[in-house]
Amino acid sequence: MAIDIPRIPLGNWIEGSLEWLTSEYSMVTRGISRVTQTGIDGLNDALMWLPPWGLLLIIVGLCWWLANVRLAIGAAAGMALIWNMGLWDPMIETLTLVVIATLVAVVIALPVGIAAALSERLYRVIMPVLDFMQTMPAFVYLIPAIPFFGIGSVSAIFATVIFSMPPAIRFTTLGIRQVPGELIEAADAYGATRGQKLFKVQLPLSLPTVMAGINQTIMLALSMVVIAAMIGADGLGSEVWRAIQRLRPGDGFEAGIAVVILAMLLDRLTQSLRKQRKS
Amino acid sequence: MNENRNVKIRVRNLSKVFGSNPKKGLELRDQGLKRAEIHEKTGQTLGLSNIDFDVYEGELLVIMGLSGSGKSTLIRCLNRLIEPTEGEIIIDNENIPELDDKALLECRRRHFSMVFQNFALFPHRTVQQNAEFGLEIRGVDKAERSEIASKALKQVGLESWEDAYPNQLSGGMQQRVGLARALANDSTVLLMDEAFSALDPLIRGDMQQELQELQSRMQKTTVFITHDLDEALNIADRIILLKDGEIVQIGTPEEILTQPADEYVRRFVEGVDMSKILTAEHAMRKVRAIARDTDGPRTTLRKMHENNIDSIYVTRRDRTLVGLAEVDALEQAANDGKDTIADCMTQEFRSVRLDEPMHNLFAMFSEKSYPIAVVDAENRLLGVVVKGAVLDQLAQAAEPSTVNEDNLTAAAGDQ
Repeated sequence: MAIDIPRIPLGNWIEGSLEWLTSEYSMVTRGISRVTQTGIDGLNDALMWLPPWGLLLIIVGLCWWLANVRLAIGAAAGMALIWNMGLWDPMIETLTLVVIATLVAVVIALPVGIAAALSERLYRVIMPVLDFMQTMPAFVYLIPAIPFFGIGSVSAIFATVIFSMPPAIRFTTLGIRQVPGELIEAADAYGATRGQKLFKVQLPLSLPTVMAGINQTIMLALSMVVIAAMIGADGLGSEVWRAIQRLRPGDGFEAGIAVVILAMLLDRLTQSLRKQRKS
Repeated sequence: MNENRNVKIRVRNLSKVFGSNPKKGLELRDQGLKRAEIHEKTGQTLGLSNIDFDVYEGELLVIMGLSGSGKSTLIRCLNRLIEPTEGEIIIDNENIPELDDKALLECRRRHFSMVFQNFALFPHRTVQQNAEFGLEIRGVDKAERSEIASKALKQVGLESWEDAYPNQLSGGMQQRVGLARALANDSTVLLMDEAFSALDPLIRGDMQQELQELQSRMQKTTVFITHDLDEALNIADRIILLKDGEIVQIGTPEEILTQPADEYVRRFVEGVDMSKILTAEHAMRKVRAIARDTDGPRTTLRKMHENNIDSIYVTRRDRTLVGLAEVDALEQAANDGKDTIADCMTQEFRSVRLDEPMHNLFAMFSEKSYPIAVVDAENRLLGVVVKGAVLDQLAQAAEPSTVNEDNLTAAAGDQ
């Protein structure tokens, strides 16, 4: 005897609420879409306006200044290889998406992370949400992005922000909570207000940890903008996507290597930034 | 003597219960239950119970007790880093437990500077910026606070370290920065929470001495917490002894040593090296006879004969000590027909100040058997110390448990 338990229509509910959101807030989504698209185009055009060797020199100089000669040499070789493979323009597009997505993610993550560190109740609400955001397969975010923002780069940014934001929030919260209690006590003893405590003690002391979180966010963003090629984002991801469709492993690996070079460059750069702040 | 000094902080009936139901803890306390029983019954911890004391303007008050005695809680109740459960803490007509958030910030900024056991310096700030912290919080403008902080750093001997970071300094120097941060703030009260406990013994001794010098120079009201009796005796004007959240005894170091209030204090005090605590003042006696530098040898000899002594201290009219005359030299001078004793004096004697530790006096006695002269800063003769008196004092102080009533009053009278 089979007990007939009705299937819970979880999927229907989600679809329903997404549809409702799309129709009710189309003004908002269209507005966000326009602003984001403008940002993407602006940055992209700026980076494209520079000749490849010009940008290459800037990046090498940045590496030298922030890190060391070794990274500068590596950067020069890597960027030259990308240029040589004819992947310069897709690389710039990918870089643009990563930069914009990271900026948006950090702008949202910092205040949320600070709030979660200061309020125990908020902390308990936010942590499971972050778990959800991080463990949900990344592809799933792509689906609602399309009705919200249409096919293209803005949807890619939306999905990327959601996917890459959690570490920035987590590390910010962690960094602030790790500030030794005796330093908080010292600030209190001298009559510091909550704002003074935050800006003069808690934030400066958590900066290395926050930077580590931002580094993680950048890495996740890079991996996501590549995947976002599936919903029409430009860049190295779409090169890979095309290679898959045409079964051309050589092209795929070339684009893949370009992603790896970009990832290593961004990672080392942000890490050296963090170490510099520490010393 | 204490009655006519100004009270800076008046603490009355202060209690603190840690736990979810502090009122219940207080009720049980009022029914006469002890800390352990209250904890067993309700899970509430009685941190402090009915604390009454005054902090006088300009004094260095030491609160002493073993760990768990409530001393850290007590000092944090003063500036409400810990909220007291009941009681009054009056400073300049303000009752601290009743202040709202804004007034509390104001009160902390004006009245309290704190120095912490583990320094609690801000690692991302330079020495200079650490010293400026309190002023920065109060909104003092940059030029002014930089000047004040530099001055404070100079006071603690760190003038060339402004741009260093705390992790580049030794422990002793870090605590100097902590002290400078407190001094720069120029609050009315200095709170020191086990400030020297994390330092090694030599540095600690130096810091104690420097604190005393600073304190005597600036007359800053200071509440100092320690678990170290030697430290307490060394620096305190008065000591409050805490045990299980209650005051056991309040008194000067001498009172704590010589008249312990109960068996607990007595046990605590055992093991203190008395000869380091007692000073020349305790063993000093009035001079039975002195000679004036204008006296003749025969007058002086007669004075000595009457008092049965064979050496005598010679002073000017204002009691400034000029020398010591011995019986042999005086007889020689008398035979030679000299008018005054001025040129038959010897300088072969030792003179000390009132606060000379008694263990230093032993060494002096082994050189010469003359009484040691005790003089003030202007070299005026205050009294003398004879060998027997030192031994007397030590014997009395070393065995307080065997001292009978008569000896106790005698000892008290000597002070």
